[in-house]
Amino acid sequence: MSEVIVVTSGKGGVGKTTTSANVGTGLAAMGKKVILIDTDIGLRNLDVVMGLESRIVYNLVDVVEGNCRIKQALVRDKRYPTLFLLPSAQTRDKSAVNPAQMVKMISHLKDQFDYIILDCPAGIEQGFQNAIAGADRALVVTTPEVSSIRDADRIIGLLEANEIQKIDLVINRIRYDMIKRGDMMSSDDVVDILSIPLIGLVPDDENVVIATNQGEPLVGSNTLAGQAYQNICYRVNGKEVPFLDFERGISFWTKITGIFHRS
Amino acid sequence: MFKNILKRKSSREIAKDRLKILLISDRVNCSPEMMEMIKNDIAKVISKYMKIDTESMEIQITKTSIKGRTKNPTLYANIPILDLKQ
Repeated sequence: MSEVIVVTSGKGGVGKTTTSANVGTGLAAMGKKVILIDTDIGLRNLDVVMGLESRIVYNLVDVVEGNCRIKQALVRDKRYPTLFLLPSAQTRDKSAVNPAQMVKMISHLKDQFDYIILDCPAGIEQGFQNAIAGADRALVVTTPEVSSIRDADRIIGLLEANEIQKIDLVINRIRYDMIKRGDMMSSDDVVDILSIPLIGLVPDDENVVIATNQGEPLVGSNTLAGQAYQNICYRVNGKEVPFLDFERGISFWTKITGIFHRS
Repeated sequence: MFKNILKRKSSREIAKDRLKILLISDRVNCSPEMMEMIKNDIAKVISKYMKIDTESMEIQITKTSIKGRTKNPTLYANIPILDLKQ
């Protein structure tokens, strides 16, 4: 049974591509057959985050227009043999593909992959409609900021209107020092406002920038964000994993004092 | 001065409050002005039958979900009654 997951947010720059890359890589590391599809036609980015930009021959638009077979356009990942990328076209625009074509292409991929992950462009126009057309479930990415949460709420409404069966929330770039000061909404605040199930809490971690610089997804690595993405992968795959201490916002200091209290 | 510091809302609370109001109008595609008009009309109708506190009455549109399944948006009105007798 394959599952088609769209990673979306409404607002740009909140971490859709980073989330797609890490969740896709993490699932492949668990032995799943995964294809990552970049649906952001004209502004492709997933290839650079994955470090596969130099291997692209054909793209999504070529597949849809019949210039090549799907197999020819798939880029095999450097690290995991069961992970593939279908890059988007850089020189075309969103209108080059329509939702019906996306549904048709995805149905061809379904019997070959366990997970089909669609990296959605920002906005709610045609690119968004293309990305959600064939999706079974959605990961909505937001940061704990007013503008990003507002857009996420709008996106959730649209996903529900399009009858996406399962919608889960990823809260990205959480800064626990700011939450503690009362200067950032906590994960509970965000979940309370958006009222959809939570699937991941990703702390603001400079290692994400470093990983993107290198074109190496950091999922599973010994970093806060790496562990957070790993947990998202487990949860996507149906395993219940508790939210880690750092995810809940227990600081180093609380842990230290906790040790003294116990003894 | 100390009281002022204690009273001051954190930016987290400000953000939460702003979002809650903002999303109400976003969700139903109706402006805060329209909400105000609905509120005034409800107040007018209820006032025919009982004395209510129009100053502190609140109306709100909420979207609650049960196990991920979304219910339709619901309009809640919180109208304090001052006097039941006419």
